[in-house]
Amino acid sequence: MEELKDNLKAAIIEALNLEDVNAADIDNDEPLFGGGLGLDSIDALELIVLLEKNYGLKIENPEEGREIFQSINTIAAFIERNKK
Amino acid sequence: MEIYSVADNITSPLGLDTASNHAACRKGVSGIDKIHSSVYYPEPFYGAVLKQDLKKALSGSSESSYTFLEQLFIHSISDALSHTSGLNKQRTLLVLSSTKGNIDLLAKDYKGTISKKRIEMEVMANAIAAHFDLLHPPVVVSNACISGLSAVLTAKRLIEVGLYDHAIVTGGDILSEFVVSGFQCLKAISDEPCRPYDADRKGVSLGEGCGTMIITRNKSLAKNPRELVRVLSGSQSNDANHISGPSRTGEGLKLVVKRALQHAGISVEDLAYINAHGTATMFNDEMEAIAFDAIGLGSTPLNSLKGYFGHTLGAAGVIESIITIKQMKAGELIPSIRFQNMGTTKPLNIVRSIKTISACEYALKTTSGFGGCNAAVVYKNV
Amino acid sequence: MKLHIQAHSRITPISAYAHGELVLNNKENLTFNLFGKELYRYLTVQYPKFFKMDELCQLAFLGTELLTSHIDHWDGEKVAIVLGNKSSSLSSDKRHYDSIADKNNYFPSPAVFVYTLPNIMLGELCIRHKITGENTCFLMEKLDAEFMHTYVKHLFEVELYQYCITGFVDYSDNDYVAELYLVSSQNDTDTPLSQNFDKNFNQIIF
Repeated sequence: MEELKDNLKAAIIEALNLEDVNAADIDNDEPLFGGGLGLDSIDALELIVLLEKNYGLKIENPEEGREIFQSINTIAAFIERNKK
Repeated sequence: MEIYSVADNITSPLGLDTASNHAACRKGVSGIDKIHSSVYYPEPFYGAVLKQDLKKALSGSSESSYTFLEQLFIHSISDALSHTSGLNKQRTLLVLSSTKGNIDLLAKDYKGTISKKRIEMEVMANAIAAHFDLLHPPVVVSNACISGLSAVLTAKRLIEVGLYDHAIVTGGDILSEFVVSGFQCLKAISDEPCRPYDADRKGVSLGEGCGTMIITRNKSLAKNPRELVRVLSGSQSNDANHISGPSRTGEGLKLVVKRALQHAGISVEDLAYINAHGTATMFNDEMEAIAFDAIGLGSTPLNSLKGYFGHTLGAAGVIESIITIKQMKAGELIPSIRFQNMGTTKPLNIVRSIKTISACEYALKTTSGFGGCNAAVVYKNV
Repeated sequence: MKLHIQAHSRITPISAYAHGELVLNNKENLTFNLFGKELYRYLTVQYPKFFKMDELCQLAFLGTELLTSHIDHWDGEKVAIVLGNKSSSLSSDKRHYDSIADKNNYFPSPAVFVYTLPNIMLGELCIRHKITGENTCFLMEKLDAEFMHTYVKHLFEVELYQYCITGFVDYSDNDYVAELYLVSSQNDTDTPLSQNFDKNFNQIIF
């Protein structure tokens, strides 16, 4: 689970072009949106692509994403829950 | 100086001239269909594309030296010009608007013979200007979804400063895998034909087509003087908020409408009709309702034409301006199709069925687009 | 109406200039991604969104930072942007096509697609500098100073703008240029430049 979270952080930093942010700077519980990372609606859509590309998980409705993308912990839990 | 629109053409899945497009809208016919073709997207989706029979009937279709988009432009301009008389080409400017131009030439698997140089919109516009023996280098505007209205305003301005007497304003875009896949990844395409302003709207339906307006200071160019309208005023703005999401407060749209009315010297009560952008995304339609309500246009009859044509991007401002003009002239408003229940927090007076209006002296056309831009133009009946 | 050029900036693969003075040389012949980042750091800007932009937007962004550093405050409704561009959003267009070229690995990216329009650079400038006036992107082979002068001058006259950012920004396959002018109807003091804005404005001599 910890490995998954670390991988997730690295993937998110790369996919969302978070310059000057290190994986260690992101707390597992920290809100991803509305917080210090400054993520917006395009980033949310990009996270949907990331989950599909890296983990084969489809999110059809962006509204669903809102729940899932609260924090690294919630994304990791979503991946674990839906693992095939 | 008084600037007029004297002739026009719409080339869309609904027909190859303005009359057939207007007639289709009046009958409630939509160009939007379910498209099963991996040329555009791996999965089926809803959009509006020209069928083969219409493609073959385009006046430029026999010439293999033009791309499909260029054929649309050439057909549309030829037909619009045929409704004018006495246009002096030496005093005429081509103003072209498009969001993606010949983007299909950039595809890795493009196998056609047309030079990839024509991906550059200026190069494409030069080819079209040359086809019509126009002397002046064309002006090309690319302002996302407001491009068409930007082109109308640009033409008006350049005639006003005396550089030209006439302008051929043409806006066009084709449906391509590029655009469909992009809007799909933004989760912006509706899984049914789009329903502007409706409570259950799910996003846009994309369309393709071309619209052309002949704009001039000389109204005697019109073969049919009953088609004349004045391009009275207009304005453009930016939300300065987000590059892909509309402003939540509608500030930018409010600003352009206020400025357009101010330049026209009229007030909101003078507007008989609004043809709005109405893309059927949750946020766009909501933003428009907030803006129109805030400036006192909540009860003015309003429709969106996206349900007929789909969102034709760089063509939308021109095609929809032309149908706006036809409605003014007919004294009859076309319903915003597939609208059932009000789906915005502020009320709008959506046209639900064919509606006769006694007089339509002034009508407002608005658009908003990616990059946060907004545009408004006021047309005056003459 | 008397219009002045208050400021000028120019960025090419060789160097970055503000008002005719060298700001940064690209001594090591860095690619734009690196040279642009170096310039961003040099200007000590704090704007993380810069790193999400495509090259065209980054280029316009940096050029405008150099252009407007003397402006403390303006009324955004009275500021317009009118830019010329040749290659549209070519580098983002290619990136988007790359993401859909393989049907078995078909992942178009929202963050790429939103940059596949040339006017997005104007939108980014509007957000950064709180500009809510007209913003228009014309596609042209190279900066057509006569046309831009006519258009911009008319804009000042009919819409009563106070400032307009104009010029030419283009990016294609690592060949690039941002050449920007801040035109104003205001008699501001302490502006970097005070040159006449006429139809030969791009032949500015410092």
